[in-house]
Amino acid sequence: MSTLHLAILLPFVFVVIIPLLYKYTTAIHTGWIALIVPVALFVYFAGHFSIYDAIEPITVSVPWIPSIDIHFTLYLDSLSLLFALLITGIGSLVVLYSIFYLSKDRERLHLFYAYLMLFMGAMLGSVLSDNLLVLYTFWELTSVSSFLLIAYWYQRQRSRYGAQKAMYITMTGGFSMLLGFIILYVASGTFSIREIIAMGDTISAHYLFIPAMFFILLGAFTKSAQFPFHIWLPDAMEAPTPISAYLHSATMVKAGVYLVARMTPIFGAQLEWSWTIIIVGIITLFWGSFNALKQYDLKALLAYSTISQLGLIMSLLGVGSMGMNGMFGDEVSFAFMGAFLAAIFHLINHSVFKGSLFMMVGILDHETGTRDIRKLGGIMHLMPISFTLTMIGAFSMAGLPPFSGFISKEMFFTSMLTLSENNSSWVNIIPVIAWVASIFTFIYCMIIIFKSFTGTYHANLLERVPHEAPVGMLASPATLSILAIALFLFPGLIVTSILEPTVKGMAPNVFAKDPDWHAHITAWHGLNLELFMTIGLVIIGILLFLRIEKWKTPIFSLISKRYSLNQVYDKGMINLEKFGTAVTRSYMTGSTTHYLTYIFCFLIITVLGTLLVTNSFYLDTSNDSPIEWYEFVLGIATVAAAVFVLFSTSRLMSIMGIGVIGFTVSLFFVIFRAPDLALTQLVVETISTTLFLLCFYFLPKMKTSITSLKFKLTNAVIALGVGTTLTLIGLSAYGHRIFVPIAEYFNDSYKLAGAKNIVNSILVDFRAFDTMLEIVVLFSAGIGIYTLIKLRHAGRND
Amino acid sequence: MKFTDVYLQTATKILVFIIMTFSIYVLFAGHNNPGGGFIGGLITASALILLYIAFDLQSVRDIIPVDFKKLAATGVLIALLTGVASLVLNIPFLSQAFTYVDLPFLGKTELATAMIFDLGVYLAVLGTTMTIITSISEDDI
Repeated sequence: MSTLHLAILLPFVFVVIIPLLYKYTTAIHTGWIALIVPVALFVYFAGHFSIYDAIEPITVSVPWIPSIDIHFTLYLDSLSLLFALLITGIGSLVVLYSIFYLSKDRERLHLFYAYLMLFMGAMLGSVLSDNLLVLYTFWELTSVSSFLLIAYWYQRQRSRYGAQKAMYITMTGGFSMLLGFIILYVASGTFSIREIIAMGDTISAHYLFIPAMFFILLGAFTKSAQFPFHIWLPDAMEAPTPISAYLHSATMVKAGVYLVARMTPIFGAQLEWSWTIIIVGIITLFWGSFNALKQYDLKALLAYSTISQLGLIMSLLGVGSMGMNGMFGDEVSFAFMGAFLAAIFHLINHSVFKGSLFMMVGILDHETGTRDIRKLGGIMHLMPISFTLTMIGAFSMAGLPPFSGFISKEMFFTSMLTLSENNSSWVNIIPVIAWVASIFTFIYCMIIIFKSFTGTYHANLLERVPHEAPVGMLASPATLSILAIALFLFPGLIVTSILEPTVKGMAPNVFAKDPDWHAHITAWHGLNLELFMTIGLVIIGILLFLRIEKWKTPIFSLISKRYSLNQVYDKGMINLEKFGTAVTRSYMTGSTTHYLTYIFCFLIITVLGTLLVTNSFYLDTSNDSPIEWYEFVLGIATVAAAVFVLFSTSRLMSIMGIGVIGFTVSLFFVIFRAPDLALTQLVVETISTTLFLLCFYFLPKMKTSITSLKFKLTNAVIALGVGTTLTLIGLSAYGHRIFVPIAEYFNDSYKLAGAKNIVNSILVDFRAFDTMLEIVVLFSAGIGIYTLIKLRHAGRND
Repeated sequence: MKFTDVYLQTATKILVFIIMTFSIYVLFAGHNNPGGGFIGGLITASALILLYIAFDLQSVRDIIPVDFKKLAATGVLIALLTGVASLVLNIPFLSQAFTYVDLPFLGKTELATAMIFDLGVYLAVLGTTMTIITSISEDDI
């Protein structure tokens, strides 16, 4: 256990503490308790950060399940440090903001903050894990916490729908990612990302390498809401706004980006990897920004804008990896590295301005009661600080100076131009699409500012009279806005410490040629094509924005709703449910006879089948001791009792017959000198007879009249089959002696476990784990029966 | 349903103590003689069932005010905690240990952590069995 492990576990500890404290600390807002965690963790991670130097990677490991190569290994390099700082830094701001956003009296705050802490721990775990399976576990945990947080206001139908949709899509991707991880393990023999990277070409030669790549990409694309999986993100906006700001723009949706960046050293040299990411990213960028224009709800607009920006970051990661496949000369390869730099830089910028914008929309919603741009307008003079902060965020997103978004957008254009210059001519379309998407981005940024703050003021449409938000609420977006300006003026703050080492870590094969390469980011980079592209998009954007009412409706009416992706999802879910119900209904008939038939047939087919296929039946009586006469008598009594049960016409007789079988079996145990078993069998028999008699009262009359001959014959065949199978298994198991039985080991129980009773020492010592699970199963069965009986009446009244 | 059988009730009053004592003996003797938590739990359960049969549910519940669900859960928890205890000491999950000590009157006595585990098994078995039986017998349609 290192401090890094403890840092990840701290939020999980608070998941338990917060609900406990909630009852006793009614005087203060629970958020203040929760705030301790992200602030403490931010300080801790900031301790690893230095402006002038890259962090020396730290690896700490704790064995978890060593037998299957699962170690709780944490790896802190500049990429994970960046994410850890984002998670804890923006986490602190979001928790602070939520204290003012969520009412102490009306909300179930303990649940809100417990879920939030769960997410924080899971997200930190995902970005710090070096072990693929541990990463996967944390990854799915972020999906679970996201589900809980989207459905926080579960009384609303839309919240439940959104939560479910998000979980289905991200978890499908997560599962596919797990397949990819398992293939990587098969190819490399290790779950450690570090070790897999170190293996290099030996893994890429594996025939399942490309499928593994696509499986992992599917996980990244669903998580980061890439086209066509983006449809969950707009519906996730049903979550409280601090959550939208935190999970669904700044951190969780970036997990896919993180995964792609983390996997780049493994897959980056594959052309399939680069092109898939570029094309998916560019389509997402375009489609997201285009759809954002359509929205009237500011949060929905921001959701589509997030989708679009994530597409932008993704496509940059794809472009960067073009430099890794060795097709180009050194100079071009290094030019491609600029795309990686842009991707990581934009990732930071996006978290900064989008987090701020979400909080500002939350403030608007809080102060005016609406997020609809048709109702808002003319409140600039009422909320001047909010207006300024929104403007900073939106201008940064639009890519205007003097905000950090400008730099990363210019770098984005540079990367796209580099891509088209070094590929065949059809690739020229990519910078064009990127440029058009940037025009859309510019227009929706203008919508956010001017449609909500300027224009005519409709006092009658607003629920309350707007006034400036409290300082506590403005503090978080203000901090982020200052950061957006600071990163424009002093990008050097993060260049040598974060960006450069991250990029170098992503493409080790390229930087091996020039280890002294240094990244340069400046706000002013001369009069070049990129700058003219920006000037062009601003001019066209302003013209289009001024005429927006004229072209918006006709354009969007062209797109039919019938064939939208959401329709595909909804129809798919309905049909899946129908199919599932039909399949389940076909075998879950409610008849015990049917269920027993399935179980017994399965047993016969698998066990007898295996016995026949492997030809392992074996009968050897040479070692057997002779059968004594009293054993014969007992055997005959058992068989007679069994036959009696078969032909008895009343339940009471059957119960007694089964009791006789049980007691004769316990006599067998006595004869074979197994007092423990005999004793247990006796008591079990007594208690189960009592149970039978209790249930007897409730059972219907035996249906002897309606059973047909065919039914009886089928049952007879199944019964004979099971009997034969078990007899054969028993005889063969006794006859075979493939290896020395472990029984000799147990003979030493007195020396090893201090017990003279071997049976007991097996139960409680040698194989205590079995026993423990058995009592857990027993307990669950007991609770199951209890709930079945006790909750039945309540259910019936519904 | 209230039914009184004086013979059964009188015999039960004595028998229950004998069975209970035996079950406790079986539980603790399990390490070196036939017995153990599982059997002990079942025997105690059968003693309680005898009480239920001889008297009625309500009076037995007045005498033994135990929530058997919680008893079962406690048992599982004890068993689990003995496992966790070995984890804390940095040895594999559920490792058991034993030692011999000299106690007054009892002489040389063995103390084994397996005993605690067995106690958990005992409680889990007893609690579960009684949960099932009482919930079925309390049920009225």
